[in-house]
Amino acid sequence: MTEAIHVDALVKTFGPTRALDGLDLSVRTGEVHGFLGPNGAGKSTTIRILLGLLRADSGSARLLGGDPRRDATELHRRLAYVPGDVTLWPNLSGSEVIDLLGRLRGGLNTKRRDELLERFDLDPRKKGRAYSKGNRQKVALVAALASDVDLLILDEPTSGLDPLMEEVFRQVIREEQQRDGRTVLLSSHILAEVEALCDRITIIRDGRAVETGTLADMRHLTRTSIVVGLAGPATGLDTLPGVHDVQIHNGTVRFDVDTAALDAVLRQLTTVGILSLTSQPPTLEELFLRHYDRTQADGEHQTRVAR
Amino acid sequence: MNSLTGTRALARLALRLDRVRLTVWVLGLAVMPMGTAANYLSLYPTEADLRAVSAVLANPSLVALSGPLFGVSIGGLTAWKIGVTEFILVGLMSLLTVVRHTRTEEETGRLELIGATVVGRYAPLTAALLVTALANLAIAVLITLGLLATGLPAGGSLALGLATGLVGMLFAAVAAASAQLTQSARAASGLAGAVLGGTYLLRAVGDTGPTWLSWLSPTGWALHLRPYAGERWWVAGLFIGIAAVFAIVAYRLVARRDVGAGLLPQRLGPAEASPALRSPLALAWRLHRGLLLSWTIGLALTGAVMGGAAAGIGDLQSPNQQLTDILTRMGGSNGLTDAFLAAIFGITGMVAAAYTVQATLRLRQEESSGRVEALLATPVGRLRWAASHLVFALLGTALLLAVAGVAGGLGYGVQIHDVGGQIGRLLGAALVQLPATWVLAGFGTALIGLAPRFSALAWAALIVSVLLVELGALFGLSEWIVDATPFAHVPKLPGSAFTVTPMLWLTAIALALGAVGLAGLHRRDVPVA
Repeated sequence: MTEAIHVDALVKTFGPTRALDGLDLSVRTGEVHGFLGPNGAGKSTTIRILLGLLRADSGSARLLGGDPRRDATELHRRLAYVPGDVTLWPNLSGSEVIDLLGRLRGGLNTKRRDELLERFDLDPRKKGRAYSKGNRQKVALVAALASDVDLLILDEPTSGLDPLMEEVFRQVIREEQQRDGRTVLLSSHILAEVEALCDRITIIRDGRAVETGTLADMRHLTRTSIVVGLAGPATGLDTLPGVHDVQIHNGTVRFDVDTAALDAVLRQLTTVGILSLTSQPPTLEELFLRHYDRTQADGEHQTRVAR
Repeated sequence: MNSLTGTRALARLALRLDRVRLTVWVLGLAVMPMGTAANYLSLYPTEADLRAVSAVLANPSLVALSGPLFGVSIGGLTAWKIGVTEFILVGLMSLLTVVRHTRTEEETGRLELIGATVVGRYAPLTAALLVTALANLAIAVLITLGLLATGLPAGGSLALGLATGLVGMLFAAVAAASAQLTQSARAASGLAGAVLGGTYLLRAVGDTGPTWLSWLSPTGWALHLRPYAGERWWVAGLFIGIAAVFAIVAYRLVARRDVGAGLLPQRLGPAEASPALRSPLALAWRLHRGLLLSWTIGLALTGAVMGGAAAGIGDLQSPNQQLTDILTRMGGSNGLTDAFLAAIFGITGMVAAAYTVQATLRLRQEESSGRVEALLATPVGRLRWAASHLVFALLGTALLLAVAGVAGGLGYGVQIHDVGGQIGRLLGAALVQLPATWVLAGFGTALIGLAPRFSALAWAALIVSVLLVELGALFGLSEWIVDATPFAHVPKLPGSAFTVTPMLWLTAIALALGAVGLAGLHRRDVPVA
């Protein structure tokens, strides 16, 4: 399997701040790769190095088989980018920005552009200064998605989008997934988004990749929070493996369960009789906490726990 | 909460943000009149010296530049020499300050953050006006005290200080109104700046022709307040009245409009980009064209007015030695008119250099606003991107100078019935300024490449150059200091001999600085916040 992006032991410092601290990242051709981490973890810095905008202090980065800095011009013909913080020229209309960026990249698919404008419900005639944050984001998304490129680099692309538009975005990315050979690097701090779209995930924290693999590989890291109303007493629940923090209050039971143990726990509950049930997917923060719990328990190496 | 709640906190914030900028403005403006007066005291120690030099200053060309001389005294001479410069600069300071703390805050969205706290509707505008008023008050007081310290009469000293402060407050009020009209801060300052430039030209025309025109211009009123020449205090009332009108308009508009909106309508753009918008250069043209157009209009008007004023000099058929001496110091040596025109185009070169700096720094603005990121993620290389903006700094300035030269040639040529000949001559006089302006573009590029956070120092370089050339001789500075500025090496055309060597040197220096800057830009991280 070929790699669209290969990053090895990347280090980047800004004055006293160590933004990247030996980051490794490998994105295979044709996959949607989630680049997951909290704010300030170094996601945007990595992307800017991949785009040749920043120069790494040490380590190596390869992008589509080329050097991100030396071959920037040729590589940029084959990729499209949505910045994390989209700023537009105040006196250019949305369509002018979309068309300009597309043409600079060597042409854009106008049919696809019109379709995307329609789906994202964006008025392209407004001037840059008149757009809200979400609409600026849509302008950048349409500009990137309407180009026929090998690689899409999306830096927190749904920030500012409403849930309806987030769903449109997911559909569009799923369609991209169907098309052969198109690779997507999707940076995000929202686990659910990455979970819904990505083939593989790299989790980054404090400038280092802490985990990489498919989401299934990481199931052991995730717990689901469940609130359930039961017909009878929840006996023996807290003795089941993988169940944590059980609280019982007037027939309502709250607990966290390891994703791997979910099936067994639900079987147990149905024997008692379920009146109501809500489940909450694991959040990124929980996933991190889990990760650090694990590494500390294993005693593999010393880790800093979340501040 | 009343509509002024929070004014004090906002004013303190503005003072904090502007502590360096406003201090530099205030001290600079406060020192100039005192320095000029001190210098005249040593240059013209006797009544006879004064009389001789004053006789010379009545000629129309100098009147067009600086206004009429009202009083034959050290004070009168000082007010004449420094007055108009001070008025223009204080107007600029005030309008920029007001727009910075009103429309800029609004455009960037920072006002929204502040507006959601306990802040009254009128508080931001009031705070901006208060801070500007404070700066103008400081300037007025310091000018008065400085002039008193040199031993000039109290009445005149107060009048010159007052006139400067009042011009400042008038343009603060004009900017307060213009900031309500447009959505962009740049357009708001442009509008107020155009009013300022207009009043200067109106005064220049009025002082050389129909006097009533100069009574329509606030920069004219400031002179008609007549410091050191039988002060007419009632003129101050004109300022207060008109400033109040603009301020009332501004407050009315604030009350009526939404935050973030302007009164001038926001038009929709095209639904599809024009086929031409497909290169960095085409984008740069979109971003620069408005600025370039307004500068072109401004310099065309200025060139025509000054060219027309130059024709008046021919009427003055008794050039005495003193006048020739002064004009020689200002301009060249062959003929009064040529000397005047050479002085005018020398100033035009420095004014056009302000555009050069503005256009060069656009590069940095594109970077710090973050817009460059999306652009550089396309196959556009950074050198190509930089070049697309620098083209406007270099060739845009050439266009401006050419327009000023042609307009000057028309204005002058029509009056002396030699349009063809004068256009050619004055076009040359304007274009010789070009290499000096390019040095500033080169310096700006070097800053952007090597020390991007300090790129605003390009403005400092321009201001220092102007001060050294304009006031260097007056303050008796050593030749080599003045020679450090590019404008000291421009041949004084028309009149003097044209020498190509300094032009080549200036161009070479500009190119070298530019190359260093581009090399730095090529190597460094982008964007640097």
